[in-house]
Amino acid sequence: MKELRLMKGNEALAEASIRAGADAYFGYPITPQSEVIEYLMHVQPEKTTGMVVLQAESEIGAINMIYGAAGCGKKVLTTSSGPGISLMQEALSYIAGAELPCVVANIQRGGPGLGTIQPSQGDYFQSVKGGGHGDYKLITLAPASVQETVDYVKLGFELAFQYRNPVMILTDGIIGQMMEKVELFEQQPRITEQFDWATKGKVPGKDHVIVTSLMLQSEEQEKINLRLQAKYREVENNEVRYQEHYCDEDIDYLLVAFGSCARITQKSMEMAREKGIKIGLIRPQTLYPFPVAIIEKLAAKVKGILTVEMNTGQMIEDVKLAANGQTKVEFYGRCGGMIPSPDEILNAIETKLIGG
Amino acid sequence: MSEIIKPENIVYEKTKVMTDKVMHYCPGCGHGTAHKMVAEAIEDLGIQNETIGVTPVGCSVLAYYYFAVDMQEAAHGRATAVATGIKRVMPEKYVFTYQGDGDLAAIGTAETIHACNRGENILIVFINNGIYGMTGGQMAPTTLEGMKSSTSPYGRDLKTMGNPLKISELVAQLEGTYYVTRHSVHTPANARKAKRALKKALEYQKLNKGTCLVEIVSNCPSNWKMTPVESNKWMEEHMFPFYPLGDIKVPQQ
Repeated sequence: MKELRLMKGNEALAEASIRAGADAYFGYPITPQSEVIEYLMHVQPEKTTGMVVLQAESEIGAINMIYGAAGCGKKVLTTSSGPGISLMQEALSYIAGAELPCVVANIQRGGPGLGTIQPSQGDYFQSVKGGGHGDYKLITLAPASVQETVDYVKLGFELAFQYRNPVMILTDGIIGQMMEKVELFEQQPRITEQFDWATKGKVPGKDHVIVTSLMLQSEEQEKINLRLQAKYREVENNEVRYQEHYCDEDIDYLLVAFGSCARITQKSMEMAREKGIKIGLIRPQTLYPFPVAIIEKLAAKVKGILTVEMNTGQMIEDVKLAANGQTKVEFYGRCGGMIPSPDEILNAIETKLIGG
Repeated sequence: MSEIIKPENIVYEKTKVMTDKVMHYCPGCGHGTAHKMVAEAIEDLGIQNETIGVTPVGCSVLAYYYFAVDMQEAAHGRATAVATGIKRVMPEKYVFTYQGDGDLAAIGTAETIHACNRGENILIVFINNGIYGMTGGQMAPTTLEGMKSSTSPYGRDLKTMGNPLKISELVAQLEGTYYVTRHSVHTPANARKAKRALKKALEYQKLNKGTCLVEIVSNCPSNWKMTPVESNKWMEEHMFPFYPLGDIKVPQQ
């Protein structure tokens, strides 16, 4: 049954994975997301839903366990943060290449390198532009609350299986660590479907199943790449999700921000509107596919766009591509684990966007 | 064939667990025989439809075309992690990996040791020919002292290149392993022994007692730059003294 609880983001994510009917979680501890595996180990879903929980020897081990289990047609997920997600990039490329479904959550911390354990949005490029080798895409969901984190675990699995593609939930240390009221969805049954593409033991009379991303014949590899691209176009056509504030009104300026940073930016927007500034906000909920059409449309009517991020300017490239030169696109960001205050963003609106 | 030989007179048939795909292996390479022994072991146990295999990166990367069981292709070195994922969500299946020395004992050492240490109920088939075959004869973790390769052209120098790694002896010390044994497939008698070991190891999987590793010391005529016959002789004279055949760890009664 549905349930209302006050929960920490990471624990809510873990609970959502059980309720989504996941078959297995493989993970490795890293701050700020270790509560996910701690929660699962404490709750012991193996005794209730049968969900396997295993602490791997490394993030490399964990994501390759994901590959193996996903290749069996099972619902599996892992979670990590920057340095660990970097280690997973090799296998993510293989998973995308072999077209296997899985959910990976990146509870972002500041980089580069070991960086900091404080929140950041510095892994936008890594998630949205590839990260690993070769032409592939991760469907990337960006929750802005504990509630959305929970909902996107369920949505993530649905999209992963619909498109047979890895799904990245790109959140951060703020959402992972903070407690909020959350409505947990009802327990979903574990999947029992036997997929044709999955290894499950050879079916008599049928060819054996091979899960691979290898194709040495270039003509065939090109076909695989083109098939993947056709799938990505389908994703771009059908799965764009975003939230808009005041965008159907007569606005002079537009803000674009995602995740936790969008919630702070929303506050700044309200402060600016109280001052009489006609301003709206687009919050992409899917970073890939990016909400290109709405930003392109709004760019035609506003005097300028301000992109606000907890990094040194990553999503702004996609905003600029969407705006396509129709209006100026400015940036304000904090990085290294620093979180912008509503006042700072308001100041950027007044100086960079309006005054600039 | 059945038109010429009456069924009651057939004494040998190719195992149904091997496909008819023409193998890409070099003439005289041990992989073909090693594959056959694994496949025959699976057939003898009647578990073709309950087995899932994992192939490595290396010469046997395309082994998934040859085994007529469901197969997954892992990233370089990650086969035992992939097999862990498979076995944990499908514990009723027989799961094996088939890996070379570079894959299992260099880039995949962490995955190998930790899968063994957790006692994953899988079979690891480890082909040790002391060289990277697919990439063209580079030094492997198991390359012998003084042995020439394209990246040890004057012979492996232990001081600068480290020592050949006895990974089977290493994992045999771990509580998680149940059966560790070393074989070869270069003579019919040795191949039969290897098959018996593989069968035992697969049967043990149902006991849930831990990881089984069957090492097969093999040859690489192309990169050892020898004829197949010479390579087998060289293997007996040089590989076997350092990697002695026989059981390393057997189940405690």
